[in-house]
Amino acid sequence: MTDAEIEALLLSLRIALVAVTGALPFAVAIAWLLARTRFPGRVLLDGLVHLPLVLPPVVMGYLLLVSLGTNAPVGGWLLETFGIRFVFSWTGAALAAAIISFPFQVRAIRLAMEAIDPGLDAAARTLGAGPLDRFFSITLPLALPGIIAGAITAFAASLGEFGAIITFVSNIPGETRTLPLAIYTAIQSPGGEAAAARLAGLAIALALAGLILSEAAARRVRSLSGS
Amino acid sequence: MSLEIAIRHDLGDFQVNASFGVNEPGITALFGPSGAGKSTIIAAMAGLITPDRGHVRIDGETLFDSADGTNIAAERRQIGYVFQESRLFPHMDVRRNLTFGARRASGRSAAIAFEPLVELLGIGHLLQRKPVNLSGGERQRVALGRAVLAAPRLLLLDEPLAALDQARRQEIMSMLEQLRDVARIPMVYVSHALDEVTRLADHMVVLDHGTVAASDTVYAITSRIDLFPLTGRFEAGSVLPGQIVEHDVKHHLSAVEISGGRLWVPRIDRPEGAQVRIRVRARDVMLATAPPADISANNIVAGTISAVRRDDGAYLDVRVACGSDHLIARITHRSLARLGLSEGQPVHAVIKSVTVERDGGRGSGHTQASIQRRVPK
Repeated sequence: MTDAEIEALLLSLRIALVAVTGALPFAVAIAWLLARTRFPGRVLLDGLVHLPLVLPPVVMGYLLLVSLGTNAPVGGWLLETFGIRFVFSWTGAALAAAIISFPFQVRAIRLAMEAIDPGLDAAARTLGAGPLDRFFSITLPLALPGIIAGAITAFAASLGEFGAIITFVSNIPGETRTLPLAIYTAIQSPGGEAAAARLAGLAIALALAGLILSEAAARRVRSLSGS
Repeated sequence: MSLEIAIRHDLGDFQVNASFGVNEPGITALFGPSGAGKSTIIAAMAGLITPDRGHVRIDGETLFDSADGTNIAAERRQIGYVFQESRLFPHMDVRRNLTFGARRASGRSAAIAFEPLVELLGIGHLLQRKPVNLSGGERQRVALGRAVLAAPRLLLLDEPLAALDQARRQEIMSMLEQLRDVARIPMVYVSHALDEVTRLADHMVVLDHGTVAASDTVYAITSRIDLFPLTGRFEAGSVLPGQIVEHDVKHHLSAVEISGGRLWVPRIDRPEGAQVRIRVRARDVMLATAPPADISANNIVAGTISAVRRDDGAYLDVRVACGSDHLIARITHRSLARLGLSEGQPVHAVIKSVTVERDGGRGSGHTQASIQRRVPK
């Protein structure tokens, strides 16, 4: 493999990792809101969270570009106030991947939380546990299998994201050229077939490793949680 | 311990409108058929539901009052709760389940310490296990321990034995008795099983369709034949306080003195002078107008008919005053007519079978003792 290919692999892993871990707390919070509370606007929030799932990724990338571009109001303000620039940067790619993979995380965590017997929460209350205490001692540990499953699915989705990333942050070698973008570039270049095949093989190996890891993690957590 | 409860709660097709007061420690039973509103009432006491109207006061402290908006959160009420389905935390082992409430009791210490409680409940060998690896009886014992270790001022038990077989029920009932006597935790015990209630409870609140049909001592409630439709005809009978006065070693019998006479029962392994509670089912009592001779029954008590409750069907209930207590006899309409029985008439009650329920008759130690909380609030 060439240095550029290794670079694309490491970049992909870094972007996916940052996307998943960055989105995780928000995913847990929103999953909890959707699973355990009733409030006006809940349906709207539910729809908003799932939007990236049904929207063409290119449209998602476009929306990010027009709202977070350096000339756009929010993007300009971020750049001026915090010096944060998303466009043409790997952090922008991570943001795009996080948003695209967000529904996978929320769905898995929400399902896990909905499967928890609400009676356990009531039992914890009678034992003196307040709301935050119950969240950390009961809800979160019992939702852990769902959190792990969601994180792994989201990680895979982030690794594979193409449309939103190329639209939002372009295809810059070493900065935003992830595995899918590298494969695309290789196919587009004359004589790049061998490189494309190598990268595709890499992507397949990565996906398989992810699946095996997720299965092992789920088994380990199941035995820990005693269910 | 004192309880003042008044709850109105609309559950759509069913309304609970119940109020009662209890002024004694020990065990108070909420008794009634399924759907009588028992669980709604204790859920409101614990703060797990908010009733539409009413109040919940324990030892004079108001935990809920719709009139002034008081509604203390369940987690700050210090009321323990044992659920029918145990509700152990599946991701924690038994030890961590047991100490869950204790770790949150903010300095209050439980009425009984961890080690003796674990021993009393017989769960020492289970401490490292996950709830999924416990039997139903083991789960309920752990749930009971978990609630007690949270140092509650009152323990609510919602049909804790309903899902268990007879042997397990007996086992846990005897543990509850020990907890009542050793740890002196006041309890409210919800059940639709009369045998549990007459064995465990001191005070009894009978619920019917969401309202309180009666609230009194177990002795008073069980001697009221007007409540028989609620207390269940087949199992119904009176509960009486008694005292062991003699042992007949040769015949394996013990004599129990009740206010109306003396009963011989199968040997009780308790010293003379010990207080016991006995239960005599109505269907185990026959009536005779003259003292019967040449009869195998050992126990014949003289008394006076104080009430007759006529019923559709073959049977009716006769209440017989014996000393300061009452026996109930379930006889046929034909027998009543044949013997010409009526109120005020002296009769002899022939008792075929007596169940000795437990230690502690009227005025026994646990009903006199006041509940002392170790840490003042």
